[in-house]
Amino acid sequence: MRKKALFIDPGRCIGCQACVAACRECDSHKGRSMIHLDYVDPGNSAAAMPTVCMHCSDPVAPCAQVCPVDAIPVGNDGVVGTASPELCIGCGNCVHACPFGVPKLDVPEMLQYKCDLCYDRSSQGLLPMCASVCPTDALFYGTFDELQAKRPSAKAVDVFDFGNQSVVTGNALVAPAGAEDVIPGGYSVWNEFLETPA
Amino acid sequence: MKKPLQILAPGVAAFRKESSRPGNYVSEERGETMVATHCCYCGVQCGMYLRVSAEGKVFGVEPRNHDINKLKLCPKGVTAYQQVNHQDRLTKPLMRDRREDPLREVTWDQALDRVVSEIRRIQAAYGNDAFAVYSGSSLATEKCYLMGKFARVALATKHIDYNGRLCMVSAAAANKKAFGVDRAANPWSDMLEADVIMLLGANVGECFPVATQYFWGARDRGAKLITVDPRETPIARTADIHVPLRPGTDAAFCNGVLHVIEREGLIDEGFIRSRTTGWDALKAVLPFYTPEKVGEICGLDPALIEKVGLTWGRAGKAMAFHARGIEHHIQGVDNCLSVINLCLATGQFGAPGKGYGTITGQGNGQGGREHGQKSDQLPGQRMIEDPAAREHICRVWGITDEELPRAGTSAVEMVHQAEAGEIKGWLGICNNPMVSMPSAGRIAGGFDCLEFHCQIDFFLSETCNRADVVLPGTSWAEDEGISTNAEGRVIKYNKASEPPGDAKPDWWIVCEIARRLGHHADKFQFASSRELFEELRVASKGGQADYSGITYERIEETGGIFWPCPSEDHPGTPRLFEERFHHPDGLARFHAIEWRPPAESVSRKYPMWLTTGRTVAHYLSGNQTRRIDALVQQTPRPWVEVHPSLGYKNGDPVKVTSPRGSATYPALVVSTIREDTVFIPYHWAGKVAANLMTIDALDPTSKIPEFKVCACRVELGTEIDVPPAPPVPPGGQVYPEVGVFDKLQPSAPQGRGTGRG
Repeated sequence: MRKKALFIDPGRCIGCQACVAACRECDSHKGRSMIHLDYVDPGNSAAAMPTVCMHCSDPVAPCAQVCPVDAIPVGNDGVVGTASPELCIGCGNCVHACPFGVPKLDVPEMLQYKCDLCYDRSSQGLLPMCASVCPTDALFYGTFDELQAKRPSAKAVDVFDFGNQSVVTGNALVAPAGAEDVIPGGYSVWNEFLETPA
Repeated sequence: MKKPLQILAPGVAAFRKESSRPGNYVSEERGETMVATHCCYCGVQCGMYLRVSAEGKVFGVEPRNHDINKLKLCPKGVTAYQQVNHQDRLTKPLMRDRREDPLREVTWDQALDRVVSEIRRIQAAYGNDAFAVYSGSSLATEKCYLMGKFARVALATKHIDYNGRLCMVSAAAANKKAFGVDRAANPWSDMLEADVIMLLGANVGECFPVATQYFWGARDRGAKLITVDPRETPIARTADIHVPLRPGTDAAFCNGVLHVIEREGLIDEGFIRSRTTGWDALKAVLPFYTPEKVGEICGLDPALIEKVGLTWGRAGKAMAFHARGIEHHIQGVDNCLSVINLCLATGQFGAPGKGYGTITGQGNGQGGREHGQKSDQLPGQRMIEDPAAREHICRVWGITDEELPRAGTSAVEMVHQAEAGEIKGWLGICNNPMVSMPSAGRIAGGFDCLEFHCQIDFFLSETCNRADVVLPGTSWAEDEGISTNAEGRVIKYNKASEPPGDAKPDWWIVCEIARRLGHHADKFQFASSRELFEELRVASKGGQADYSGITYERIEETGGIFWPCPSEDHPGTPRLFEERFHHPDGLARFHAIEWRPPAESVSRKYPMWLTTGRTVAHYLSGNQTRRIDALVQQTPRPWVEVHPSLGYKNGDPVKVTSPRGSATYPALVVSTIREDTVFIPYHWAGKVAANLMTIDALDPTSKIPEFKVCACRVELGTEIDVPPAPPVPPGGQVYPEVGVFDKLQPSAPQGRGTGRG
């Protein structure tokens, strides 16, 4: 669990793709976006949702665990990096292992790409590009307290059940006020885990 | 696994090659500097930093924590910097001798001599007014000021107008009538205190994405949001009340809401008595507008009108905002006045949480219309037929009253005058009427009748591409100058790099034409934007839009200064109308508005309503955004949005026909649009231009075209029309041929998703 995390609120996403455009501007992977932006119910709704890396903390990074060459670094601060190009063999294990469908494989290059929380920025106190530009704070970066100061009724969800496997994530989804079990299989252990060192 | 399909706009391949490989991209540019500036696109005018390399090349963007946007940017803002070094930039003057010839590169002397000799020839043969100037509001205010002065002093022509005529001029006229001044009443931060916000004809999530934080900031604090739009747009999706009315019925709706408020005794009688006039006349028209009657006109459940009336009427503090959706009508001015009536009747002015505003569509939509490039205005929002205003400006400019032309005609009228042979020569800057004007077929015909056409731009627009002379100007990043955002806040663009090749600052080009013409050449000896700004300050002094106390330095020291700002120790005026309105008696005016039907009604032959608008990835005529990689990938082409009840499938070729033209688009089938209405985004040119179908009927006061409603029919077509590539200068690489992929509709109105598939 990260003290400062990305809080993703699909209810606030207007589908503008500013995050996608901004992700391309990150110095470490300029020209390439790591964000999946889906129009979730096209035809019936203008609803949209960005999917970024959740930086799984328990179990730690399934993508890194299955990597046969240990190409995906996981930092002490809980940030799961993009695969190191020197090591990555483009096998795609991480793509299959990720419960959220985050890593992308560039087949011609035989390299994996995924969000590293703009490590060059976030490790220096800057916001990740996506959360910096998001016009509506559908992607919000900060502490849970900072989120609640802006949105007093916001609830964060950071545990997700996949069959018999629960995954605790470093980033969180925001659930609508007053709604229980809104995110299928998702619930919050935010307060219990908040102070646990990563 | 199949190879991912990619669409590359010109310039994209180079971007990719340079920068898309993480392995060889150098993340720390040596000697990088960051230039604090603002976005060039919409009326929000978000702050941003441009990243500049040691060699002086703009190569990236960094979010800026400016008071307006607080780091946030939309996809257009994030990628705006990619225009600066784009391979499509115009770097040499271009000319052709006959219409049939291709454009060729020439020297500045050759191009300017031709422009000057044609101006002289046309004005000698047909009179001064036979030469027209058509300007734009995406220019910095200094240049807008210069264009007005250039037309009236150097050319002595009355024919000068600007592209705000296609944008927010209805709101401008309504504001003048009701308040005596044309400006939004409040800073947007006032929204955070509102109990109810009503948003009419404004697709904020797509056209002003970063402004969404103010609307939702209010909602996070408990406010209710009401949206009024024929389409359920991204901001309407989660609104507390969404009113999906029929296009062209806004005034009836507002009257219906006011009917309910008045019936329930929810008007603010004290405010009406002490601060307004004209209530009785308005009250007399309200009985007709019962919720039942209005429901019939607007195609709405009467209960919805009751609900809006009670929600607004019972609000302690309420604010209303609108955009082009209610302004692009033959009763655009009346539509805006009907919203103002609602705010006045309930006393919603002059305090945090209480107010009204239009959201300007162009970056400098507000500032661009204040300093004399409007056909009937002089600098400082002065009216050109006002003797005192003429006297002041003649003194500043050093000319006589006889020399100063009278009011001219509006943008679309000028093209129609060209068609009629009254206007023979044309100088255009910062606009693309081939894409942006209504009934596009007739517009092209009008330009064909001109004997000479010169266009100034930094990309070769569709309009440049048919001009006789094209002069390469600068992008917003290559010059300094001020802009006024939708709030009335004056901000400043800063120079980040030199113009490419032989391109020149726009003010230099225009002044050079004036100097070579020789008529009052001494009045155009400007050597910088700053010198123009200093004269603008003097010219605006004492006018409604008084900028005289604003300096470049003060703008940099603050988050921008709201006009009026009459002296250098004046803090500016973020909130208007706290004590009085700007009419001489200090009172606001009610207007007794009656709803009138649109210029064209549906019929058996044309049974559907057609409405047009923007999508988030593109801006105005698309001359800038149709060339940017990320934006083209997000939304490569236009579509027609149809309701499922019409029976089409996504991607079907659907032919849209109005009495003026037709085009075939892929269908985007959505239940978020009215059954009786279809929508087409207007950013594209040629065979897929939405304006082939729109009507050129004009509002009698504002002369704004009725872009937002006309009649059409839709039917299953055969072949989907392919968008033409954006024009490139001679020798330039042409946009790659668009393939099968490009015929598909986007996955949603906001574009194509980047997730699966």
